[in-house]
Amino acid sequence: MRLFKEQAGRAVMFVLTVLPTVLVVLMLLGLFQKSRVILALKSFTGLLFSSGWHPLRGEFGLFPFLMGTLWVTAVALIIAIPISLLTAIYLSEYAPRRVRELAKPLIDLLSGIPSVIFGVWGVLIIVPLVARIAPAFGQYSSGYSILAGGVVLAIMVFPTIIHVALEVFASVPFTLREASLSLGATRWETIRRVLLRKGSQGIIAACVLGLSRAFGETMAVLMVVGNVPAVPKSVFDAGYPLPALIANNYGEMMSVPLYDSALMLAALVLLLVVLAFNILARWFLARAERRAE
Amino acid sequence: MNRRHLVESAWKALMIASTALVVGCLLLIVGTVIWKGLPALNLAMITQIPKGGYYLGKEGGILNAIVGSLYLALGATALAFVLSLPVVIFLNVYCAKRSRLAALTRFSFDVLWGIPSIVYGAFGFVIMVYLRMRASLLAGIITVALVELPIMSRAIDEVFRMVPRELKEASYSLGATRLETSLKVLLRQCLPGILTGVLVALGRGIGDAASVLFTAGFTDRIPTSLGQPAATLPLAIFFQLGTPFREVQQRAYASAAILTILILAISLLVRLLGRRYAKHIIR
Repeated sequence: MRLFKEQAGRAVMFVLTVLPTVLVVLMLLGLFQKSRVILALKSFTGLLFSSGWHPLRGEFGLFPFLMGTLWVTAVALIIAIPISLLTAIYLSEYAPRRVRELAKPLIDLLSGIPSVIFGVWGVLIIVPLVARIAPAFGQYSSGYSILAGGVVLAIMVFPTIIHVALEVFASVPFTLREASLSLGATRWETIRRVLLRKGSQGIIAACVLGLSRAFGETMAVLMVVGNVPAVPKSVFDAGYPLPALIANNYGEMMSVPLYDSALMLAALVLLLVVLAFNILARWFLARAERRAE
Repeated sequence: MNRRHLVESAWKALMIASTALVVGCLLLIVGTVIWKGLPALNLAMITQIPKGGYYLGKEGGILNAIVGSLYLALGATALAFVLSLPVVIFLNVYCAKRSRLAALTRFSFDVLWGIPSIVYGAFGFVIMVYLRMRASLLAGIITVALVELPIMSRAIDEVFRMVPRELKEASYSLGATRLETSLKVLLRQCLPGILTGVLVALGRGIGDAASVLFTAGFTDRIPTSLGQPAATLPLAIFFQLGTPFREVQQRAYASAAILTILILAISLLVRLLGRRYAKHIIR
């Protein structure tokens, strides 16, 4: 009886263990199945690089949305990468223990805050701020802009990059640091010449993971970015990223022909890009681990 | 003080400023949301459903979203737990150390963890169309469970990996099967870690909006069965913030405050649990 239970339990658990891998494959297949309808009529590159978005006329150019995503992600990373890395270096190399133990849970908390809350905060604080500083650059902006989206997104990406970077720095052996310090290098020189060089692969991985997080973030960006389907020309323009497109139009998509297929294609593109980034980041991390050993 | 030290101090000042900025952002966000939301919170707000439609009606509260979110998040967390615990046990007890299957599964979890929730939402929608389901509590629970699955599994897996090998071997040597060892010895040893993982996933489930947008729908009523659509707090914020009416916006701010307080409470609970139960573990 006990052995039977053991066998049965093993079988059930084995089946469930295959589930995550199957799920990834199913997601790809399911979204592909849906987007095949539109891909049968139009070419993939044609859809990606044409900018006419008129669902009622059957035009589904994803280019403005792709550019919207790229702009917002770029702004977010330009802000987030230096700040997160500096924070991670400070927490791992300089900060007294008490500061570190205070700051780490707070950063964890930041990663747990739902994206709608970031959106509300963005609408209340960042959007009016952008509207006020835009004239200083000789531009008019309603505040709902690429810049607002990028700033909110940057804050959401902080914890991801900081977390991975801290792990990377912790894996650099102490003896290396001591060797550098004993040769008369200052702490900063040690960080630059030893820590950053030794951890370079891991740092790239941290940034790529942050990038993929930013790429797919939906609600917070959707709430502050303005959602105008045109290719943005400056950071004060409104944009319309891919995830926002999917989220905003779920209501209408069943009533217009091909609409749902176009949106599912957008989701598939997102999924493929994020998958590629993730695999790249894991590859860098695995290499970094091997180098540290 | 020579130039090298000057450079060092300058960078250090920059680092401190960055750290202060990151922590400051968190405090500012929580502060703003609570400060805006607290005045909107009153008894009617949390005990009534919206009257006259959530988008236009100026009376009533957000009980529909509070109850909907709790149903949805608890259901999804329970489902995700039932799915992830056996997987983690299999990975750690049954798989060999350098097993291909284990490596592949862990990699899949990493990949799933990185997939944005809007893609889960779209996938949930594809499944719903395939099964001819309508937007409902059940569809929402399934989709959110899939979002939570990698978060919970990765957290629980971390704890199971930390279990000392001697503990397993002691149990085997007493004649226990692997299943018995898992359920009676390892489960107890890992309990605090498992609870933490479950709570972290619950927090994620309550706050996730993009995945329920397609699948759970939104309604003024409180769902009475799994087949009905359900309102959720994140969507209550999203939909009601965009109206031109102040009274309706108040409902959005109140929802935001409640959601933030829930999240804060959950993370506080995680910290406390971690500290309290860590005593009873063999290291």
